[in-house]
Amino acid sequence: MTIAGALPTDEVIAVRGLTKRFGDKTVVDNVDLNVKRGEIVGFLGPNGSGKTTTIRLICGLLHADAGEGTALGHDIRTESGLIKMQTGYMTQRFSFYEDLTIRENLDFVARLYDLKPRKDYVDRTLERLGLTNRQNQLAGNLSGGWKQRLALAACVMHEPKLLLLDEPTAGVDPKARREFWDEIHALADEGLTVLVSTHYMDEAERCHRIVYIAYGTIVARGTVKDVVADSGLKTWVIHGDGSGKLMAELRNLPGVEQVAPFGTDIHVVGTEGGALETGVTQVAKERGLKAEHGETSLEDVFIKLMTDAQANEQ
Amino acid sequence: MRAFSLSRVGAILMKELIQMRRDRLTFAMMVGIPIIQLILFGFAINTDPKHLPAAAVIEDTSRFGRSVFAAMQNSRYFDFIATADSENQAKEMLARGDVSFVVTVPTDFGRDLIRGIRPELLLEADATDPAAASGAVGAINQIVSSGLAHDLRGPLETLKQDRPPVDVVVHRLYNPEIITQYNIVPGLLGVVLTMTTILMTAMALTRELERGTMENLLAMPARPVEIMIGKIVPYIGLGFIQVFVILAAAWTIFTVPMLGSLSLLLFALLVFIAANVTLGYTFSTLARTQMQAMQMTFFFFLPSILLSGFMFPFRGMPVWAQWIGEVLPLTHFLRIVRGIVLKGNGLADIVPELWAIAAFWAGVSLVALLRYRRTLD
Ligand SMILES: Nc1ncnc2c1ncn2[C@@H]1O[C@H](COP(=O)(O)OP(=O)(O)OP(=O)(O)O)[C@@H](O)[C@H]1O
Ligand SMILES: [Mg+2]
Repeated sequence: MTIAGALPTDEVIAVRGLTKRFGDKTVVDNVDLNVKRGEIVGFLGPNGSGKTTTIRLICGLLHADAGEGTALGHDIRTESGLIKMQTGYMTQRFSFYEDLTIRENLDFVARLYDLKPRKDYVDRTLERLGLTNRQNQLAGNLSGGWKQRLALAACVMHEPKLLLLDEPTAGVDPKARREFWDEIHALADEGLTVLVSTHYMDEAERCHRIVYIAYGTIVARGTVKDVVADSGLKTWVIHGDGSGKLMAELRNLPGVEQVAPFGTDIHVVGTEGGALETGVTQVAKERGLKAEHGETSLEDVFIKLMTDAQANEQ
Repeated sequence: MRAFSLSRVGAILMKELIQMRRDRLTFAMMVGIPIIQLILFGFAINTDPKHLPAAAVIEDTSRFGRSVFAAMQNSRYFDFIATADSENQAKEMLARGDVSFVVTVPTDFGRDLIRGIRPELLLEADATDPAAASGAVGAINQIVSSGLAHDLRGPLETLKQDRPPVDVVVHRLYNPEIITQYNIVPGLLGVVLTMTTILMTAMALTRELERGTMENLLAMPARPVEIMIGKIVPYIGLGFIQVFVILAAAWTIFTVPMLGSLSLLLFALLVFIAANVTLGYTFSTLARTQMQAMQMTFFFFLPSILLSGFMFPFRGMPVWAQWIGEVLPLTHFLRIVRGIVLKGNGLADIVPELWAIAAFWAGVSLVALLRYRRTLD
């Protein structure tokens, strides 16, 4: 991975202590976030953890109750107009005009950003999307996945320097998702910075870095490898028996945190390496099954983070 | 980032035009409402009712008096249902609403007529419903003259030459200010525009909020004033479509005269429509939902109808109501439109009223720009 000119001063997003309350509920709590130029940062966290709210704070759609910072070098509290000019924000919920055609929606965006020549921009975008022969169809009649693709195309049309994507691939088929990520990486190579929220593990793994938020607080961050390593989780795989009875037995072993079936295999995840190993090998031996070290997945880590955060909150 | 961009205004404006065009039902309603209102109101006024009950007070028994009554009866405006013995009795009948008119032929009516002294003929009209009485009142001179024409022959021929032989005195009781259809049809122009234009733009932002498109609009670099202009201008255009529908109907169906200048009227309309459309937009910056916006519109519409001088004579209202009325654009527009259409007023005559509307416009624009929410909070 080469980040073009990634100097420490090349912080595209740099916010500190970001806090947002709705009523007496603190939805984003003292969040620090730094994203460098050309980086693709995955923003993960359970439903309602504050991802959308954080993104809105960064692009000036919400007023922060506390905290400060810059996006693209502009103060997020006072210069949101300048930030908006160079930022593409893709909302979680489709928010283009359903009673306008695909072309009219793109035309609208092109006019708003004063793109010239407008027709070329729109034509090119339509072509890249593969929507040229459906350009006169109402956006409201598109399928869910196509709406997402239109929204993405519309928010990169003005060639922004920063992309804020809120679950851009929800409901998009695998091939289109692959294409989407290829394009994101191509754009990042040219210096575009991307903050993307997602619930998909495979997408998290495609990011340069991930940030995990739970209950408004960032609880893990770094490369996927770092996050997995930092979790201190170990995984064992038992082959040949995926029965519920065995799983129940494994759950009661000391040091075991998660037990999950994968076909005829069972993945056992726990913290204390020693206790986990003795317990699992013992059980496997009793039944004549094969047990071996497995690779801890990001999903296992997230489930642990989620469970821990929940325990903390209560 | 430039402070003001025509391209951004154009973006919003084009988008609104497309949405307006695509929303067929609303568009049809905007053109249909004026026609329906005009026909409903217009014909309610235009019915020029005939056969209104009348009482006669006969203090002179000459043939001339009889001729007058016969002519009135023949005109079908008057139905003489009673002959009152005294002036007082007739007044009572009028007060109770038993009759709409009292016609008094005074003593010596015939004698004075022959002598060429032009006797008075008194017509007292119940004007609580002025529209009802106006037809008969308007026609009375003509009716009397033609009724007497037959009697004034030979040596009396000279009596009907220069001026009417009888001086018809009309007393309108119970309502000092007469409202005629000429008064109301131009007024309807203002009323219909007030209702439809405010209602349309009151949805301008709340619709975006409810459909979730607001988030996108806010995330893009459009400034409040650009959004406001982009959203207002198409509806000014729509307002003018209504204007042409109403004016066409006013002149063809209701044959309302046009004494003043049409371009002056159109200019006044521009200011008036702009003020209303902006008020609607202001409502939409204050409201959270389309429902709230609609309620605000009706909350404003009611005093506009009642206190502007459209329904009730402005000078007949208590002072506090007049003060409220003075704030409303419709009040001033009614004076303008009646002045131009019926009195042939020029620019100088309507300038004070135009300023009042312009001041209102500036006020609501300011509120809209201050209240425009730049965030989703
Ligand atoms: N305008 C608002 N008023 C009140 N509460 C809000 C508002 N917007 C968000 N919230 C609350 O803030 C919390 C965080 O919401 P947010 O949309 O940021 O979560 P998220 O991480 O994006 O979740 P998801 O993965 O489901 O999209 C939720 O509990 C939500 O109910
Ligand atoms: Mg969200």
